[in-house]
Amino acid sequence: MAENRKLTVSSSPHIRSAQDTRSIMLDVIIALSPALLVAVYVFGLRALVLTCVSVAASVFFEWAYRKLMKKPSSIGDLSAVITGMLIAYCLPANTPYWIPVIAAFFAIVIVKQLYGGIGKNFLNPALAGRAFVVASWPALLALSPAPLGYDSIFNFGSDAVTAATPMASLHAGSLPDVGILDMFLGKIGGSLGEVSSFALLVGGAYLVIRKIICCRIPVSYILTVAVLTFIFPKGNNNLQWMLYNLLGGGLMLGAIFMATDYSTSPVTPKGQIIFGIGCGLLTVFIRYFGSYVEGVSYAILIMNVCVWLIDKYTLPRRFGVTREDKRSAKKSKEVAAQ
Amino acid sequence: MSFKFHGGVHPPDKKSPADKTQVIPLNPPSLVVIPMSLHIGAPCRPAVKVGDMVKLGQKIGDSDAPVSAPIHATVSGKVTAVEPRLTPAGTMVTSVVIENDGMDTPCETMVPHSEEELSDPDAIVALIREAGIVGMGGATFPTAFKITSGKGKVDTVIINGAECEPYITSDYRTMLEHPEEVLGGIRLIMKACGVSRAIFAIEDNKADAIALLKSKNSENSGIDILPLKTLYPQGAEKQLIKTVTGLEVPPGGLPAAVGCAVFNCFTAYSVYRAAYEGRPAIERVVTVAGSAMEQPKNYLVRVGTPLEYVFEQAGGFIKEPHKVIMGGPMMGVAVHDLSVPVIKGTNALLAFCEDETRTVENPTCIRCGKCVEVCPMNLLPLYMYMYEQKDDYAGMERNRLTDCIECGACAYNCPGRLHLTHSFRAGKAKIAARAAAEKARAEATKAATTV
Repeated sequence: MAENRKLTVSSSPHIRSAQDTRSIMLDVIIALSPALLVAVYVFGLRALVLTCVSVAASVFFEWAYRKLMKKPSSIGDLSAVITGMLIAYCLPANTPYWIPVIAAFFAIVIVKQLYGGIGKNFLNPALAGRAFVVASWPALLALSPAPLGYDSIFNFGSDAVTAATPMASLHAGSLPDVGILDMFLGKIGGSLGEVSSFALLVGGAYLVIRKIICCRIPVSYILTVAVLTFIFPKGNNNLQWMLYNLLGGGLMLGAIFMATDYSTSPVTPKGQIIFGIGCGLLTVFIRYFGSYVEGVSYAILIMNVCVWLIDKYTLPRRFGVTREDKRSAKKSKEVAAQ
Repeated sequence: MSFKFHGGVHPPDKKSPADKTQVIPLNPPSLVVIPMSLHIGAPCRPAVKVGDMVKLGQKIGDSDAPVSAPIHATVSGKVTAVEPRLTPAGTMVTSVVIENDGMDTPCETMVPHSEEELSDPDAIVALIREAGIVGMGGATFPTAFKITSGKGKVDTVIINGAECEPYITSDYRTMLEHPEEVLGGIRLIMKACGVSRAIFAIEDNKADAIALLKSKNSENSGIDILPLKTLYPQGAEKQLIKTVTGLEVPPGGLPAAVGCAVFNCFTAYSVYRAAYEGRPAIERVVTVAGSAMEQPKNYLVRVGTPLEYVFEQAGGFIKEPHKVIMGGPMMGVAVHDLSVPVIKGTNALLAFCEDETRTVENPTCIRCGKCVEVCPMNLLPLYMYMYEQKDDYAGMERNRLTDCIECGACAYNCPGRLHLTHSFRAGKAKIAARAAAEKARAEATKAATTV
């Protein structure tokens, strides 16, 4: 059988696991959906429509940019869908529909694609997009609709019945006037995707079980906030103050879905813990001392720009070189220097 | 008691039904092609010329270099050519081509060694060298040199029965069918190394082999049979030593640096046969499997048998193969020409009819860190890849690219489908080329200044 046979020659390995970028992103979308269901229950269909607008805009900009630049299309990896969902999740449900479109443009084109697309951006696109619109139109995004005060999906302005969010009272130094269970389940005012810590934790558990994320970043982040708020309760009951701080605002959304963004978080185990602690510290600092009522998004954005530095200085221990080896090498160097 | 190395992956093991398939001796082909380099180290000089008649087991190549192993005729017959031929690695190597006379006339040197001889460690080392035994797990490092170079430093012999690559069952079948011979070979290796303790490490997906070996192993043999968690790359030398002893071989060092010497279980079997049957390393068990084959087979194949002959005897391809691999799917070598021969380290021949590498047009790193999670050498493959692509030597060095053992766990796990292992091989070559160029330049300037 000496016939001419065409055989492929390539470098090993010759097999690969089935999990690819698209399947990972699909898992994240699944993990994000419980929060959307709660948002629709709490804020009505407008929350869903707002999310759809945001997703559509993100996918469109991703497609259009790559098309214009004659680069291979990347909408198939579904990462733009997640960016769109996350942008909507950190906006109040009564946000005018054009706001997430602008946020999506900023997130996808300026923050993500100009740096080379997925994996290359150094800021979380959704958070940067949100920061951009919050800085540009603060008045439009300051207030959230009251829970269960359903707004018409045809309301294109921002004039719904609004209510102070729990974060506003926490910022003022007092416990909000909402039950802890409502806080946990999400019957509160706030950005549409952040209100239900329960739904977000369910999604987070799914991601951990599917090994999409590991729990180092979310756990170190949430624990840092828990410890700090427990120790410094601003004159309130320690435990209550801590719980309201954990359940209020965007902490769960940020810790589980934003701080764990692959492109903008460290890859080393030690680095991930440092990153989580850094996010936690900054979140509490901004909440306590900043003029913004919420600190999660800026905390994560600030830590995002430190990622390369963190990775560089948290290189895992070299195989075959123990800590004692390192110490003795250092000592002999010092001796040699003397 | 066992330790754990960092990372690792769980590729589907696909060992069934090959694991139920008894090893059958494959009839030698009419023509064998024996490269004069079947090992790591110095190639052998051919000791025969065209027209010579050779006997089975007759030495046809040898070298005076310390890191080398002699080569024997794997059939009896007439030498028809001594010329460069293609090897599985894709290189041209001087090879001895023997036309099989079908008689298998044994060479006079193929006689069992006496018990008296086998009580002398040096005599055992000598017979291992004479038999041309090399690391049969695929590394093909000359076994006798491994033993002599580790003398005085090695206190633990580790026998590698992990067989962690998917599809391969050659070691497993050997353990099941020849447990006493394998254990006997281990005792000889222990004696040769001058150690009283050996650990026979086997992945726990081979429970019946473990049980059988335990029942055949006498209590005072000094051999511990240690089940290991099934995890790829459990059988990689550094990872195996770490799992068994908790010790890590230092970067650039040999296992002897931590008092260990690792031998493959088929190497132990070959040592036994060389000692008690006088049979040199002229054949080995090869698993033939893959989606292009109807039934997986385990064959005892003579070294030098062309791959196409093995596949033909195994029933031929039921579908046109897309890729043929010598070795396992994680670390094996893809071959493009099926006329190349089986060599001493060939533990499997796999023929796949579909591309299972899931290659994509635009491999993209999403920084998910899944490569970091699985790297058994504690490396950051994504950064190594990035710096290699940019030819950034400082970055490659800082990220210890040369520590990579090329196990392929990162590339296997990469959702962005980056060609990670390939990139690291290229990176190592670049680093070596640059170091050589720098050395040459330094020597040139030195020569210029002295003149």
